Amino acid sequence: MRTVTVVGASLAGLHAARALRSQGFEGHLRIVGAEHHLPYDRPPLTKGYLTGAVTAEHLALTDAQDEAELQPEWLLGARATALDLGERSVVLADGRRLRSDGVVLATGAAAVPLRGTQFLGVHTLRTLEDAASLRAELREGQARVVVVGAGFIGAEVASSCASLGHRVTVVEAGAHPLASQLGEEIGALCAGLHADHGVTLVSGVGVAELHGKDGAGSSAGQRVSWVELTDGRQLPADIVVVGIGARPATAWLLDSGLPLSDGVVCDAGGVTEVPQVVAVGDVARSAGRREEHWTHAMAQPAVAVRNLLAGTTVAGYETPPYFWSDQYGARIQFAGRRHAGDTVRLVEGSPSDRSFAAVYEHEGVRTAAVAMNRPRPFAHLRRELGRPAGTVPA
Amino acid sequence: MIPVCRIEDLPLGGSVRLDLDPPITVFHADGGLYAVDDTCTHQDASLSDGWLEGCLIECPLHAASFDLRTGEPQCLPARRPLRTHRVSVDDGTVWLTPAEEPAREKGDAA
Ligand SMILES: Cc1cc2nc3c(=O)[nH]c(=O)nc-3n(C[C@H](O)[C@H](O)[C@H](O)COP(=O)(O)OP(=O)(O)OC[C@H]3O[C@@H](n4cnc5c(N)ncnc54)[C@H](O)[C@@H]3O)c2cc1C
Ligand code: FES
Repeated sequence: MRTVTVVGASLAGLHAARALRSQGFEGHLRIVGAEHHLPYDRPPLTKGYLTGAVTAEHLALTDAQDEAELQPEWLLGARATALDLGERSVVLADGRRLRSDGVVLATGAAAVPLRGTQFLGVHTLRTLEDAASLRAELREGQARVVVVGAGFIGAEVASSCASLGHRVTVVEAGAHPLASQLGEEIGALCAGLHADHGVTLVSGVGVAELHGKDGAGSSAGQRVSWVELTDGRQLPADIVVVGIGARPATAWLLDSGLPLSDGVVCDAGGVTEVPQVVAVGDVARSAGRREEHWTHAMAQPAVAVRNLLAGTTVAGYETPPYFWSDQYGARIQFAGRRHAGDTVRLVEGSPSDRSFAAVYEHEGVRTAAVAMNRPRPFAHLRRELGRPAGTVPA
Repeated sequence: MIPVCRIEDLPLGGSVRLDLDPPITVFHADGGLYAVDDTCTHQDASLSDGWLEGCLIECPLHAASFDLRTGEPQCLPARRPLRTHRVSVDDGTVWLTPAEEPAREKGDAA
């Protein structure tokens, strides 16, 4: 391979580039990114960056060593609009066609907006610009903040806003916040953190409509004023943050012929139908699953790149999923693949102290582990998950 | 020199975290006692909560691993070494001599 183009200049794209070089690729390495920034770290955007503990400079993922080792051609502020598989070219918005022997798809995911949210003061949170504009508004004085969605992004934003002294309400359409990720019991425990910190959680109710100062409608330039819930309740709001999930950024691949299904369809090794095209990070649907976690986006590209350079799948990414979330001073960690209906068994600590480690079990077999403020036993449990089933001590 | 603990209170596999600025942790690993900065050079995690194996300490947050003898990171996401500090034992007491070099500013490019 003489030329590899990485599309998407974030965590997974950068780690694909690093893996290409560390695995001996000596050809031309291009990294195309729609954002104008060099790769930066997203997790602090909801946490330290919003509260002011971390500045934008601290988010950089690359350093001088990368420039020297990767020797990349950065094409930043450049959006890919198509992938021409016949010609094996990545087509950019300005018409440039980048012929490539190998292509790494690393376009990640984009935040799902709320319908008709033209109002000023309504935010989603995925990029540095998103976070910067929210942060600027949060600095203008005490505000009534309504967070839509009590998932991890919503919960972390609510926590950061509360710590800055704002009055925060979180609205969650589902009856059990975080249930799909953590199960009902543990999800409810984590959702309990909101009340501990003076944040109101309204669950089981959706958002019907947003209203501006001059009434409903989506008149651009008008500021949001209140949120109407499906049960008729009205929540006054100076700022609305929408955290209702992310969708894989695959629109540009629609005409490529590559199979897409909530992500780029690929095998366990990140390889698509075309062996010269691999998918990494949040955009990849590997062996039927798509992960939206930092550690996966950092570690999985090395496997995909190995397969790309081999020209066929020689390895799969087998590491169980892992993620963490920092909210209200608590660190939540989860690893593994739980199933609906798994039983939860406390291993250490106490939920009421907001400090515990627990495991999920399915027919006596451990499927996943979770902890709040218990990193040590969690590390132990996480390692045991990596072992083949049956060797896990009960 | 700062007294850490009695040697019998630091068994193999154990660690003692000292709340200095920045915090330092003394580990009893295979091959002896080692002291390093407690905060991972990647982001915000306490290595005293990490996983100790041989002379390597693995960060509890994103699993970067450091060699306790040199402070050098063994894998991503950490790229910068930990400061190492001198440990000695005198008459059953463990002592720490913090390094003179200043701690690097936290949170630089990772
Ligand atoms: C606010 C926030 C907080 C998070 N916190 C945590 C956490 O605490 N713990 C955890 O485990 N995970 C967390 N995550 C998840 C983690 O950050 C993601 O899994 C990770 O960023 C995925 O990396 P990626 O490179 O696959 O995709 P992304 O980071 O989404 O990057 C994709 C890049 O591709 C670019 N792109 C898209 N389309 C095109 C195109 N057509 N042409 C060119 N470029 C394009 C995008 O602009 C973007 O820069 C968080 C995510 C967010 C947004
Ligand atoms: S904080 Fe230690 S590896 Fe990230």
